[in-house]
Amino acid sequence: MASRLISEMGLPKSIANVFAARSIKTAKDALSLTEFDLMELADMGLAEVTSALAHISERVSPPYQTALSLLEQRIQNEQLAGHLPTGLKGLDEALFGGIPFGVITELVGPAGIGKTQFCLKLSLLASLPTRHGGLDAQVIYIDVESKFSSKRLIEIGAQSFPEIFYTRGMAQEMAGRILVLRPASLAEFTESLQQIKLLLLERRVKLLVIDSMAALTSGEFEHGASKINPLGWHISFLKSVGELSRIPIVVTNQVRSQSSDDTWRYNFQVGTRHRDLEDTSKYDSQLIAALGIHWAHAVTIRLILETISGERFIKVAKSPMSPALAFPFSITSSGISLLNDDGIEVVGQEISTIHCDGHSEIIHSDTLQFHRQ
Amino acid sequence: MEVGRLPISAALKGKLVSAGYTSLSLLSSLSPSHLARDLNISENEALDILNHAPHDGRIDTSGGHHIISGAQTAWDMLHEEELLTRITTSSVDIDNILGGGISCREVTEIGGVPGIGKTQLGIQLAVNVQLPVHCGGLGGKAIYIDTEGSFMVERVLQIAEACWDDMLANNAISQNVHAGQVGMQPKDFLENILYFRVCSYTEQIALINYLDKFISEHRDVKIVVVDSITFHFRQDFEDMALRTRLLSGMALKLMKLAKKFCLAVVLLNQVTTKYAEGSFHLTLALGDSWSHACTNRIILYWNGNERYAYIDKSPSLRSASAPYAVTARGIRNNVSNCKRIKLM
Repeated sequence: MASRLISEMGLPKSIANVFAARSIKTAKDALSLTEFDLMELADMGLAEVTSALAHISERVSPPYQTALSLLEQRIQNEQLAGHLPTGLKGLDEALFGGIPFGVITELVGPAGIGKTQFCLKLSLLASLPTRHGGLDAQVIYIDVESKFSSKRLIEIGAQSFPEIFYTRGMAQEMAGRILVLRPASLAEFTESLQQIKLLLLERRVKLLVIDSMAALTSGEFEHGASKINPLGWHISFLKSVGELSRIPIVVTNQVRSQSSDDTWRYNFQVGTRHRDLEDTSKYDSQLIAALGIHWAHAVTIRLILETISGERFIKVAKSPMSPALAFPFSITSSGISLLNDDGIEVVGQEISTIHCDGHSEIIHSDTLQFHRQ
Repeated sequence: MEVGRLPISAALKGKLVSAGYTSLSLLSSLSPSHLARDLNISENEALDILNHAPHDGRIDTSGGHHIISGAQTAWDMLHEEELLTRITTSSVDIDNILGGGISCREVTEIGGVPGIGKTQLGIQLAVNVQLPVHCGGLGGKAIYIDTEGSFMVERVLQIAEACWDDMLANNAISQNVHAGQVGMQPKDFLENILYFRVCSYTEQIALINYLDKFISEHRDVKIVVVDSITFHFRQDFEDMALRTRLLSGMALKLMKLAKKFCLAVVLLNQVTTKYAEGSFHLTLALGDSWSHACTNRIILYWNGNERYAYIDKSPSLRSASAPYAVTARGIRNNVSNCKRIKLM
């Protein structure tokens, strides 16, 4: 829309010619200038400039829809009104059906907690035929850290959906729908995104998984770093492409330890700092999500995976429509399963903190389990 | 005031200067035909220039006192302000510190960290504006401009249903039925929210320009919510000076819209960190010059385990905080033991 040509907008010839002569070719060029700038540049009066801008603005503005027609469209055209069920009953209920289409859902947690396992399960679910709750479509899995294990994928499939996977040729067909990309650098990743856009718009791919986003840019988000976020373009791109094609986008993120520079207070709150002085000792064990606050604003749903006293929890930390619930889970041969579907309500800011105590014990016991199998 | 600042084309400015009219006081006593002859332009153009020049110094010889067009006395404004109704936020505490709710004819900016409830408040206001006046609304429609894709329709329906339940409980609907009006169903609330999805800053600017015409064709719109104003201006903007100019242009247009159509404009903003006085602290995004652009500014923040709203900037309200909660029914009062309004 922004790159629409002025010449195609039906402006009076004289004005269109003047604009073209001053290299104002696209709508973006014209709208990036203030009225005074345009008057200077094009040597026209205020009234002419205002009406030209009004004309261009009307042509470039997006159309509107009532919220009701939006809802009805989704109920009619999309499965479960635009959700991909995860198979985890409590989580699906909290998310009104499952991972929502058209927005970015983030999985964040310490290493080894189960983010990749969750992604593998989701990829499988999306590839299944619709009668089994899937999207019957291809999946693109961008595997930045080479963690994708097709053996584990087949194992999850065989354990969760034995009736499909033991049918001849089905395992091959399902696994054949998952395309794995391994970009070696941010530049390659950017390249592949452009290619993916085409596939997404053709509606053959119905799930995009990026595992993990944080690995693409190693540690460039500290305070005082350059104002231009290296992932800025990618964030906008993913959001717009996800919405245009109405597919779920699942992204995993890492954690880093909180530094004393990280702050969560405004200058008018400084007076109440005394309450936190005792907590400074806790800084070293506090974890926060990587990629910074801009990324945190950009994701629509944030699911935090953490360990508390040796138990794993998945909690809905940010969601425009869900209550703040935490569900205990475990990793099994059939992927992830919830130990409790009702969820535990988490009050206040606790929902956004990431815990990591008792983590190393679990990892060791799990690896033993897998080896035994 | 200099001739260079007049809103006329560069060629005309050049002619004025070369004819010796470098300041406006020289223009104030001229007639259009005189100016036209001097500059060698048409009388219409001369009239146009003189209309733009301010007329101070010209006292009507008939002795009557002279009114500057567009001005209003403070007394008249006071009467107007008293008549203005406000839109409730569904939290009595927040309504109280706001003097009743979000006010019309003003631009209110609401900012906060991710997950604090900005979109929730935006959606609540888009639903509440449709309520009849005696329930805290304006009986109008809402325009919701979504730049981030955070508008989840299922949540809007949930909030609308809760709103309708509350109205039923307060017998508001049966009153309307008596008067012959049709009570609103939850889905009717969704029909009155006009949703725009904006994907780039160019579209954002175009839409805000276009709103003037759009709202004159949809006069029942009483609130415009932009969620968020920041998103497209935060990334890949190398020219910061351009960004500041575009943002202030947008703010002015939104203010004009609010005043012209007597509606409320609510802009949701994100946060960023800023280094000042030896430490980092949170602040709303888009920089210092943007912070001057909006009339009112409310910051939503965490205080321990509770959500609070703080009035950071307002021409008429004092700084205060009030607690609130985000529930399955939408924004509501925080029901806890230590509920208190803090005056700062």
